Amino acid sequence: MEHYNMNLTLKVWRQQNAQVQGSFETYQVKDISSEMSFLEMFDVLNEQLIHEGKEPITFDHDCREGICGACSMHINGKAHGPWSGTTTCQLHMRAFKDGDTIVVEPWRAGAFPVIKDLMVDRTAFDRIIQAGGYISVNTGNAQDANNLPIAKDKADESFAAATCIGCGACVASCKNSSAMLFLSAKVAHLALLPQGEAERKTRVVNMVDQMDKEGFGSCTNTGACEAECPKEISIMNIRRLNSEYIKAGLSGSVAK
Amino acid sequence: MGLTGLFLIVFLVVHCYANAQIFLEWLDYGRGYKAYGEIAHFLGSNPIIRIAEVGLFAFIILHIVQGLMLTAQNKAKRPIGYNVAPGNSSSKWYTRSMGLLGTLILMFLVLHLAHFWAPNRYQQLTQGHEKDLYLIMEETFQQWWVVIIYVAGCISLAWHLVHGFWSAFQTLGLSTPKYKGLINCIGVGFAIIVPAIFALMPISYKLGWLPPAAEVAQFVKTMAH
Ligand code: HEM
Ligand code: SF4
Ligand code: FES
Repeated sequence: MEHYNMNLTLKVWRQQNAQVQGSFETYQVKDISSEMSFLEMFDVLNEQLIHEGKEPITFDHDCREGICGACSMHINGKAHGPWSGTTTCQLHMRAFKDGDTIVVEPWRAGAFPVIKDLMVDRTAFDRIIQAGGYISVNTGNAQDANNLPIAKDKADESFAAATCIGCGACVASCKNSSAMLFLSAKVAHLALLPQGEAERKTRVVNMVDQMDKEGFGSCTNTGACEAECPKEISIMNIRRLNSEYIKAGLSGSVAK
Repeated sequence: MGLTGLFLIVFLVVHCYANAQIFLEWLDYGRGYKAYGEIAHFLGSNPIIRIAEVGLFAFIILHIVQGLMLTAQNKAKRPIGYNVAPGNSSSKWYTRSMGLLGTLILMFLVLHLAHFWAPNRYQQLTQGHEKDLYLIMEETFQQWWVVIIYVAGCISLAWHLVHGFWSAFQTLGLSTPKYKGLINCIGVGFAIIVPAIFALMPISYKLGWLPPAAEVAQFVKTMAH
């Protein structure tokens, strides 16, 4: 891939806190390398702002290697920008060309209020996990690895669901601000394993109940979540979630 | 939504099968008129079907109320929208437009019931016998604007079903990886074929592809004697 430098116009959402209204600010950045990551480009912009005596842009980031799910940015109308199966930190500037204008917004959902600028509050996801995304285990010595045989296809499917990093792109891209892809990944991950069996029914009803309480919308199967998920979590997990939920409901499990 | 939607799909099958009898005219003169008259009379007078009709209306209303509420509630979950919206880049337009397509179908439905269902039931109640629906269709579909609205209604229904058919199975947890492809195939096929058959009815009457009601009724009557 040939290296090049570019000058860009950035329109970035600035908002002091959740209480006040925000607005877009326009910035120019020069000589951005095509080999930078998108977040490195933001670092350059922030240094520039600090030099100018302005307040740097607040944005969430942690691992910068596509595994923590922190780097929530809605870039030119797409969660995590134009590349599919990619987080913002893994998006590279070669996705853009000289002279481009890039619009960067925070995740938009009532359940994800803006904390500051591009950083949103995603603790609703933590509370959904607390409602049931765990298993009960007997503590003590580590068990023998083959104590619980698990069929390879189940293990694979469970593992694929477990790769969800809780980034919230599914909510951000869904017209209903639905968290069903996230929730379905968590439910499917545990429902497929014997370890998840004990709380199988209460887990799904409690997590769905918490999701509704947090103010996420309901799923109408548009598929936007799957298209935008950086971990390419399949909406077949939502199919499984629905089936788990209906079975739990039919067997009389109610949310507590 | 899924359950009520699937029920409405079953209704569409029955409705389409019954009405499509008129096309038997293209095989034998008088045959379509006769077959359609018989099935319309059966559906219009059978007490079990009368009871099922109450259920059908309940399901239609439930589906509409749920659908409109769902659309409004989901919209309210994003108080501040995007400056640059994802548009068609991550989902198909019709999957995001179920509320709009449903509303268009509803508008069509009101007109449609006023054309056939209401006058027929009224006469049944007041005079004890049904109308000649073949004749009523012929009269109704003389006007171009009616034909256009019916065709537009069928197009809305087609798009609603392209998404709705598969979506109902997904909502009910039945669209497993093994069957997803099959369900989608049947869904798209259904969404094209059924509305197309419906749309062909007003078009055929308007363009004179079906024999005039008065003549064919006379013919069937003489044959019976
Ligand atoms: C008359 C007015 C109607 C309105 C306002 C309406 C509205 C809606 C809405 C908002 C949805 C939810 C979107 C989704 O789940 O994907 C939906 C789904 C659906 N509709 Fe309708 N609709 C109407 C008529 C019909 C008719 C006549 C049929 C029958 C063929 C039908 C079949 C379906 C099906 C099968 C679904 C999918 C259910 C699901 O995914 O759970 N609708 N409708
Ligand atoms: S399902 Fe995908 S988009 Fe949603 S939180 Fe998990 S990784 Fe992110
Ligand atoms: S910063 Fe961790 S995934 Fe991007």
